[in-house]
Amino acid sequence: MADLTDKPFPPGRYPLVVVGSGPGAMQLTYCLGRLGLDHAVLSADDAPGGMFRRWPIFQRMLSWTKPFANHEKATRAYERFDWNSLLSDDEQLRAIMPTVMDGTSYFPSRPEMEKGLATFAQRAGLRIRHGVRWESTRADGKDFVLTTSDGEYIAPAVVFAVGVAQPWRPNVLALEGVQQYGELRPAETYADRRIFIVGKQNSGFEIATGLLPWARQIVLASPSPTRLSVDTRSLVGVRARYVQPYEDWALAGGVVILDASIESVEKTGATYRVHTKSPTDSSTLVFEVDDVIAATGFVAPLRDLPQHGVSVFGQSRLPAQTPYWESATLPGVYFAGTLMQASLGLKRHGIPSNSGAVQGYRYNARVLARHLAESRFGVTLERPAVNAGDVVSLLLDEVTRGPEVWHQRSYLARVVKVGGDGMVDAGIEPLAHFVDDDSGPDAAAITLESNGRDDPYPAVYVRSKGSVKEYLLPPHPLLDFTGDQYRKELSDRLQPLLGSALTRSAS
Amino acid sequence: MDVRAEVVDILAGFSLFADLTTPELENLVDTFDEQVFSEGERVVRQGLSSASFYVILDGAATIRVDGKDRATLRPGDFFGEISCLLGEAPVADIVAQKQLRCLVLPGESLERFLVGHPRVLFRLLQGEARKVRTTTRWLT
Repeated sequence: MADLTDKPFPPGRYPLVVVGSGPGAMQLTYCLGRLGLDHAVLSADDAPGGMFRRWPIFQRMLSWTKPFANHEKATRAYERFDWNSLLSDDEQLRAIMPTVMDGTSYFPSRPEMEKGLATFAQRAGLRIRHGVRWESTRADGKDFVLTTSDGEYIAPAVVFAVGVAQPWRPNVLALEGVQQYGELRPAETYADRRIFIVGKQNSGFEIATGLLPWARQIVLASPSPTRLSVDTRSLVGVRARYVQPYEDWALAGGVVILDASIESVEKTGATYRVHTKSPTDSSTLVFEVDDVIAATGFVAPLRDLPQHGVSVFGQSRLPAQTPYWESATLPGVYFAGTLMQASLGLKRHGIPSNSGAVQGYRYNARVLARHLAESRFGVTLERPAVNAGDVVSLLLDEVTRGPEVWHQRSYLARVVKVGGDGMVDAGIEPLAHFVDDDSGPDAAAITLESNGRDDPYPAVYVRSKGSVKEYLLPPHPLLDFTGDQYRKELSDRLQPLLGSALTRSAS
Repeated sequence: MDVRAEVVDILAGFSLFADLTTPELENLVDTFDEQVFSEGERVVRQGLSSASFYVILDGAATIRVDGKDRATLRPGDFFGEISCLLGEAPVADIVAQKQLRCLVLPGESLERFLVGHPRVLFRLLQGEARKVRTTTRWLT
């Protein structure tokens, strides 16, 4: 057994502590390190990778990495097509995932994902204290004290990147033998069995897909109708990877997809009897099945944080957050990784951000690291000047190729502000912060927006004297927003902001 | 804790949903999202498009027009429906007075929901009638 002194970050005081070692924590510690910010990273796991060291249970990711795209792999533009690699400004660390995949699928296998993350951690020299369990928390003046299996850590700010991977089930399924995600037996043991899956989100359909070759019958039930991502044109709904049970049902192949609430479940010897009720006409059905599986969601393992004032919401008990991922009710507590999905942003057209997935929260991590640098470490980050005449090109290039606004539509935005003697490039900001920052300087933000019906289109927000106006530009069939039509329209919209400099450059 | 069951209990006490059965309320909780807003946070932004329909579960919110506070909304009240129904940007900010907990339905889904639940539609119309009455009293 290694001596505790061999590990980095012994118990003690730090300016910042990060809890977790999944991709969210890894991306954040990498970004903090690049900014030279002193911090400790603690994880209960034995190695980096987080939930991808175990899940998805059927061992293949839901997020793709395309090995071939119209952009070189070391470019930012390629990140649009690689949802799984962590970000870096070092070429050796960029686009690692396609280098560890065997080419049989553009969805990495779970072991490939784990390997990609381990490769990043090794090449980046990430320092993480593994095998240390966060057990409890207390406030001590302006500090937080984390009691861990290795001792106490004291810090004025803590980032929790502990995932949302604790399966949850309602009381009606609190019955011996009812299985949850992560507790399933090997697929072949479901051969010739009748399986009732409660829940029609991706986890329910993932299980159904994995058991299709084995089960005699599969029933998927929950009160609301199934939605498909190909219909919502977003990540809302069941992803195409798991749609086979849906087709089986549509073609009357034996799968049953039912809109019903679960009234009760009884164990009757070796089988279960499940009673359901329709939400539309209250009609009831009874199913005799061999297995009941709860795919009813996950909760965030926040331990005692709610007792200390972290407000949580929804069935997943997610922590309410500011646009910069700080607890809305307990300042100094921040979140990274998939927990960032609870900082909802504008959620335009009801479409959530991708902050629950690697391709979304990897960008949030970079924004959070810069925010922590300025708000917690007193660092003033450089924001380069940009010629007023170049602003239109900069913004249109970003909305055409910038991976941040492609993966985090209407959530992250590229911002330019009036400052110094002209305009400055403020980089990426949370859009919700931009539109609500009434006291901010005159500025413009651009992002990509989806409305669930049409092709994505640029959305521009212009702040002038504290008031924000919104301009939606038209979609383009090839998603190229750099043409003259866009240049003219954006120039017109930005005219008040850019003034005479823009007029000169456009003429 | 079964949050869904708790929300169903809360909704059962709201006049908007008074005619729904328990399975219908469970379906509603599945269909709507839950969101919380901290004190002072904007829920709806005047002039920015893409509204949603909100039902307050807990807390209070201010209706703010051009920076002036006009009225307060409380649990059981709903807002956002006008911009959803007309497809226009909201004409007021809605700002959380203290921590605000809401159920939220995207504007694009409101028509299907209301058509599928005619009794909720009727109750919503009653609410709109009260708003028109109040506005008429202001004007006169």
